[in-house]
Amino acid sequence: MINDYIFILKAVCHTLTQTSSHQVLICRNYKGDVDMSEIDHFFTLLMQQEEEGLLCPVMSHGNVHFLWIKHSNLYLVATTNKNSNASLVYSFLYKLVEVFTEYFKELEEESIQDNFVVVYELLDELMDFGFPQTTDSKILQEYITQQGNKLEVAKTKVPTTVTNAVSWRSEGIRYKKNEVFIDVIESINVLVNANGSVMSSDIVGSIKLKTMLSGMPELRLGLNDRMLFALTGDKGKTTVTMEDVKFHQCVRLSRFESDRTISFIPPDGESELMSYRINTHVKPLIWIESVIEKFSHSRVEIMVKAKGQFKKQSVANNVEIRVPVPSDADSPKFKTSTGHAKYVPEKNLVVWSIKSFPGGKELLMRAHFCLPSVENHETEGRPPITVKFEIPYFTVSGIQVRYMKIIEKSGYQALPWVRYITQSGDYQLRTNT
Amino acid sequence: MTDSKYFTTTKKGEIFELKAELNSDKKEKKKEAVKKVIASMTVGKDVSALFPDVVNCMQTDNLELKKLVYLYLMNYAKSQPDMAIMAVNTFVKDCEDLNPLIRALAVRTMGCIRVDKITEYLCEPLRKCLKDEDPYVRKTAAVCVAKLHDINAQLVEDQGFLDTLKDLISDSNPMVVANAVAALSEIAESHPNSNLLDLNPQTINKLLTALNECTEWGQIFILDCLASYLPRDDRESQSICERVTPRLSHANSAVVLSAVKVLMKFMEMLPKDLDYYGTLLKKLAPPLVTLLSAEPELQYVALRNINLIVQKRPEILKHEMKVFFVKYNDPIYVKLEKLDIMIRLASQANIAQVLAELKEYATEVDVDFVRKAVRAIGRCAIKVEQSAERCVSTLLDLIQTKVNYVVQEAIVVIKDIFRKYPNKYESVIATLCENLDSLDEPEARAAMIWIVGEYAERIDNADELLESFLEGFHDESTQVQLQLLTAIVKLFLKKPTETQELVQQVLSLATQDSDNPDLRDRGYIYWRLLSTDPVAAKEVVLAEKPLISEETDLIEPTLLEELICHIGTLASVYHKPPSAFVEGSRGVQHKRLPPRAGSGESTESPDVGQSGPSEAPPAVIPSQGDLLGDLLNLDLAPPTATVPSVQPSMQMGAMDLLGGGLDSLVCSSPAMGAGLGAAPAAMPASLGSAPAVGGGLGDLFDLGGGVGMPTGSYVAPKTVWLLAMKAKGLEISGTFARRGGIIQMDLSLTNKAMSVMTDFAIQFNRNSFGLAPAGPLQVLTPLSPNQTIDVSLPLSTSGPVMKMEPLNNLQVAVKNNIDVFYFSCQYPLSLLFVEDGKMDRQVFLATWKDIPNDNEAQFQIKDIHLNSDVASNKLQGSNIFTIAKRTVEGQDMLYQSVKLTNGIWVLAEMRIQTGNPNYTWMCWRRPHVRECVSQNDSPVIS
Repeated sequence: MINDYIFILKAVCHTLTQTSSHQVLICRNYKGDVDMSEIDHFFTLLMQQEEEGLLCPVMSHGNVHFLWIKHSNLYLVATTNKNSNASLVYSFLYKLVEVFTEYFKELEEESIQDNFVVVYELLDELMDFGFPQTTDSKILQEYITQQGNKLEVAKTKVPTTVTNAVSWRSEGIRYKKNEVFIDVIESINVLVNANGSVMSSDIVGSIKLKTMLSGMPELRLGLNDRMLFALTGDKGKTTVTMEDVKFHQCVRLSRFESDRTISFIPPDGESELMSYRINTHVKPLIWIESVIEKFSHSRVEIMVKAKGQFKKQSVANNVEIRVPVPSDADSPKFKTSTGHAKYVPEKNLVVWSIKSFPGGKELLMRAHFCLPSVENHETEGRPPITVKFEIPYFTVSGIQVRYMKIIEKSGYQALPWVRYITQSGDYQLRTNT
Repeated sequence: MTDSKYFTTTKKGEIFELKAELNSDKKEKKKEAVKKVIASMTVGKDVSALFPDVVNCMQTDNLELKKLVYLYLMNYAKSQPDMAIMAVNTFVKDCEDLNPLIRALAVRTMGCIRVDKITEYLCEPLRKCLKDEDPYVRKTAAVCVAKLHDINAQLVEDQGFLDTLKDLISDSNPMVVANAVAALSEIAESHPNSNLLDLNPQTINKLLTALNECTEWGQIFILDCLASYLPRDDRESQSICERVTPRLSHANSAVVLSAVKVLMKFMEMLPKDLDYYGTLLKKLAPPLVTLLSAEPELQYVALRNINLIVQKRPEILKHEMKVFFVKYNDPIYVKLEKLDIMIRLASQANIAQVLAELKEYATEVDVDFVRKAVRAIGRCAIKVEQSAERCVSTLLDLIQTKVNYVVQEAIVVIKDIFRKYPNKYESVIATLCENLDSLDEPEARAAMIWIVGEYAERIDNADELLESFLEGFHDESTQVQLQLLTAIVKLFLKKPTETQELVQQVLSLATQDSDNPDLRDRGYIYWRLLSTDPVAAKEVVLAEKPLISEETDLIEPTLLEELICHIGTLASVYHKPPSAFVEGSRGVQHKRLPPRAGSGESTESPDVGQSGPSEAPPAVIPSQGDLLGDLLNLDLAPPTATVPSVQPSMQMGAMDLLGGGLDSLVCSSPAMGAGLGAAPAAMPASLGSAPAVGGGLGDLFDLGGGVGMPTGSYVAPKTVWLLAMKAKGLEISGTFARRGGIIQMDLSLTNKAMSVMTDFAIQFNRNSFGLAPAGPLQVLTPLSPNQTIDVSLPLSTSGPVMKMEPLNNLQVAVKNNIDVFYFSCQYPLSLLFVEDGKMDRQVFLATWKDIPNDNEAQFQIKDIHLNSDVASNKLQGSNIFTIAKRTVEGQDMLYQSVKLTNGIWVLAEMRIQTGNPNYTWMCWRRPHVRECVSQNDSPVIS
C-alpha cells in the first residue's frame, strides 16, 4: 500500500536539439527506500514506450516501479519498491490533482512554482510514510491556508473534523437562508455499429448537491422506489434495475445495504452525493444516419441525417455532431437544414452545431470536400461520429427525487431544489469508411 | 507576490547572503530567507551548508516557518548527522507544545530524519505522543512507529512500541485505528513469520466497526489487513463478507477493489450450495463493471484484476461481455486488456457478437491492437467449437485484405486451428499458400512451414514450396530452421520417392553446417531414425498429436490463487507473485486462499488430479502460439514452482526422451512416439518440473517389477533446490531418505563459481514436524570450482515445531564463506513414517470406527499392475503396515496403519480390484496430514 516518492514533473522540449527531457518541479520523499535519482529512468522509459506506441501506466526499472498519471503537461509519478496497492496509488494521484486544483484553480507548472510552500505543506499533510491521510480539500483549507493569509493562533488548531468520524464537514457552519440544490444528471453512453445496431448502451447518473445548510444537518434522500428496485421502461413493459450505486463517503453504506435508505450528513458546498449505472437498452436519443462516400483522388461526400428520438415537448440544447473527414481533405462546402457546420482541420472533423433541436425532428447536413490527386499513404483510423447534447428537465431513466428530509437540531426549515438534466456521455457511432 | 520570485535570485555569493538573512533579527526577513533556501533546494541546489543557520530558525511560534525548517531538516539531516543532533531539543520541546498541530508536526518530522544517533532521543517524545489526548497526534504517532521500525527495528521492539501500537487498534478514534493497522501491516511485512497482526475474532470485530467510520484510505488499510485473516469457519467467513459488501458501493475504486479482494478470498470458504454464496456472486459483478468508468489508469488496474477474477470465478462476469467492447478513444493499454477479457468470456452464447467486434478491431490502424485482435479470432475458434467455421472464414476475409501483418497473424492462428480440428479446414490451404511470399516474420514462416509439412500429401507442390525456403536456410531463425527440418522429414515419409534429395540436403544442413545444438541434435535423431528403421520413424514422426486445449495462457492455479490474495496490488497488475519483483521477499510466505469449503468430499476434491491422472492435462498452446514448443525444446518450457506431482501419464514417455536419448526412443512404447511426432505440441506446464517427474519412471514398481521383496523405503531422485545463479555459484540439489530408522537429507553441493568455497553450515527454520539437523554439515574439504560433493545429513525430529504451509515445507539456510543462502524444499511425508507403525488389530478396529466422517478422504492411484500382496510388501518398505486384508467381490481391501514421528496415527483402507489397475485409497485420520499424504503416497506405492 506504500509509495516512496511523489514527483511532479514536466516535460521540456528542446526544439533546437529535437530531444525532450524532464524537469522535476517538486518532489517529496516519504520513505527512504528509493533513491531520488531513479526518476531519471522514468523519463527514459516513458520516451521508449511512447516511441513504441505501447504506453503503460506502470513501468519498472530494476526493482523500482513507477506509477504515473498525466495532467495537462505535468506528470505525477509515484515510485515504490514494494508490492504496493496500485489502485490506491492511482486514486491518490488523482486525489492530489483534485486537491491542487481546488487550491490553485489550475494545476500547472506556474501554479506549482507560485505556491511551492503550500504544495510542500499539502504533500506533508496528504500522505505520511506512504499512507494517504486527510485528503478532503475543504477540511484541509481550514488549517493549511493559502499564503498571504497570516497564520494566527486561532487558525492553527487542528480542526477536530480531521479525525472525526464525520471527516468531511466542520462544525459551526452558518447560513442565513438554508437551502440545498440537487442536480440529477444522466449521461448516456452509446456505441452503435456501422450497420446501425446498438452494441452497448448504458446510463451513468449522478446526483450532485450544493449544500448551504447551517450546523450538522441530517439528510435523508428519497428516490422513486421504482428506481431503487426496478423501473419500468417507456411502455411499461421492461423492467430495468439500477446496476450499481456508488456513494460519497458521507452516506452510511451499511444503512443503505440493509434498508436502502440514503442517509447522510452532507459536506458543505458542492459535492457529488452518489452515482449510479443503469445497464439498459436505451434508445439513442439522437439517432444519426450517415453516408460518407469517398472517391479517391477526387472528393468526399458526406450526408448526415440526425433524428431527435425523444418527446416532442423536450428540446436538446447545444447539440454538436462531429463527423470525421480524411486528413488530406480540403475546400469544404456545407449545406444544413438547421444550425451550421464548421470544418476543424486540426482535428480532421466537421462539427455541425445546432443550438436547439426539438424532439421528433429530423435534420440534414451535407458536406463536400476535395481530395488531392496524390494519395495519402498513411493508413488512417476510422474514428466514429460522436454527438454531444443536453436535454434539460428530463431523465431517460425516469429517476425522481421524491423527498429530501432535512433535520437539524436547531429546527430550521430548509428548502430542497431539484433540477434534472440528460446529456451525452460517450456517444459514438461507427462509420463504414 | 507569488513564491516564484524565490526561484529567480541566483546571484553569486547567494549562500553568503542567505546566511546573513537567516541570522537577521526580523522575523519576516528570516522567513523570506528560509523560503529562498527551500526554493533552492527544490530546484536541486545544494544548500546544506546553511544547516546550522536554518536549524537556528527552528524555535519559532510561526507555524509556517516551522514547517519550512522541518522540511529542510528532512532533506539534509542525513547528510549532516552530527548537526542534526542540534534539532533534537526542539523536537522534544515541540512534542509537548500546547498546539496539537505542532505536536503532530514534530512527531511526524522526527520519524523522517533517518539518523541513527537521533532515534534514541525520540523514544520518549514518541511514547508520550502515542498516548496523546488528541487523536490527530495519536494517528501521526502511530505512523511514526512504523518509520522508526524502518530505521531501527530492534529499538522499537525493545521499547515496547509494538504493544502500544497493537493497543491503538482498540482506540476510540477510527482514523487512529486505521493508521495503527497500516503501520502494523507495514511492520509485519518485514517480519513474515511474526505474529504481529494477531488477528482474532475480537480484533476483527473492532476493525469492522472502524471500517464504517474512517476515511476512504483508512478503509483500504483495514480491508487489506482483513484480507490476511483466516476465518475459523464458514460462518465467520460469511459474517465478515456481509459486513464488507457495503464497501462495494464506495466511490473510491481502490476501496472497491480491496473489498473485492476480501470477498474473493473469503468466498472460498463458503459452501457453494449456500444461498448466500449465490447472492455474493451476484453482488460482485456490478461494482466490477463500474470500475470501467474510472480514470484510464484505474481502469487498467481493474482490468488486470478482472482478468484474474474471470479465471478464478468465470460465473461472476459471464453475462457482461458487452462492457468490455473496445471504444475508439480507449488508451491502448486498456484496449489490449479488454480484448484479453473478451476472449476469456467468449462462449457459444455470445460468440457472434464477439466475432463481429473482433473483425471490426482487425481493421483498425494500431498494429499491436490489430495483431492481438486477429489472434483473438483464432483463440475463439479453438475455444468455441461451434464458431470455428465462422472464425476461419473471418480469418480468410482478413487474409484477403493483404495487409502484411494481418496476414501473418492470421496464418499463425490458423495453424492452431488445424491442430485443434484436424482434417476439417484444409480447403483453405491453397489460399494460404498464395501468401507465402509476403511472410517475413519467423513465427508466421514457421507456422506456414508446419502447415505445408503436415499436409504435404494434399499440396501438390509441397516439395517445391519447402525447397524454396531451404535456399536461405542459414539466414532463417532457429524457429524456422527447426520447423523446416521437421516438415521436410514429414514430407519425405509421405512421399519418399520424390524427396530423397531434399531430405538429405536438409539433414546435412542441420547436422553439418549448423552451430545450433538443438538443430544438430534433432537432425541426428531424424537421420538415425530414418536410417535404422523407417517404419518406426513413420510411427514417431507422423504419430497422432495430443489435442490442444481450448484455453490459452491460463495462469497456473497456485499462482492464480496467490494473485487473488493480492488483488489491487502491483502483483495483480504484473500477474507475478510479489517475490518475483520485490527484493528481500524471498523468505516471505506465499499467500494462499483459505482451504476450499467441502474439500473433504473426495469426488470433487481438487486433489484428485494429484494422486491420479484421471484426466490427462491438456496441452496448452503457449501464449505466443510458439512453434518452438515442440519435442526438442521441451526443456525450454518454463520451470514451474509447483510441487512435483507424479503423473504417470503417457506424456511421461516424452520426458524420458530427453534423458534417454536415442536408445530409449527406439525401444519406447507407441506413447512415446506420440510425444515425438507431436512436433508443435507444447507440453503442459506441470510437466515443466521434468527432472523430478522423470524420475517417476525409475520408481519402485518398475524396478522391483513385482519381485515381492520389501525393497526399503522409497527415495525420490535428487532435485535442484538452490540454483547457482541465485546463490553466487553454489548449486544445491538433494532429496530425503529414511535409512534404518534414521532420517537423512542427501545433498549434492556443486560449486559453479570461480572461487573455492569453504565453511559450510546449515540451519532449518521451524517446521511442522520439528525436523532439525542432528549434527553439523560435514563438508571437510574445501569445494573447488566445478566440483560436486555429496553429503548425507542425519536429521532429528526434536527441533522446534511450527505449522508450515504446505505442511511438509522446509525452509533451509546454508552458509558458506561467501554468503548465506535460503531455499525451501518439501519432504515426502513418508519420511516421517516410523518403523513401529504397526497398530494392534483390536486397537485398529476400535479406532477405525471412531474416525469422524469428515476426516475421511479418498484418492485414486492409477495404472499400477500389482497384486495386493506385492503392494503391501512394497508399502511395508516405506513403513506403511498392512494390518488386515479381506476380499469382497473380487476386490482386495487392505487395512493399513502408519505412525508419524510426532505420534499421529493415520489409518487407511486400500482397495485393489483384480484386473483393474486403479487403486482406491481412502480414509485418513488427521485432516492436515491427510492432504500431504495424498501428495506423497503416489511415489511410495508406484
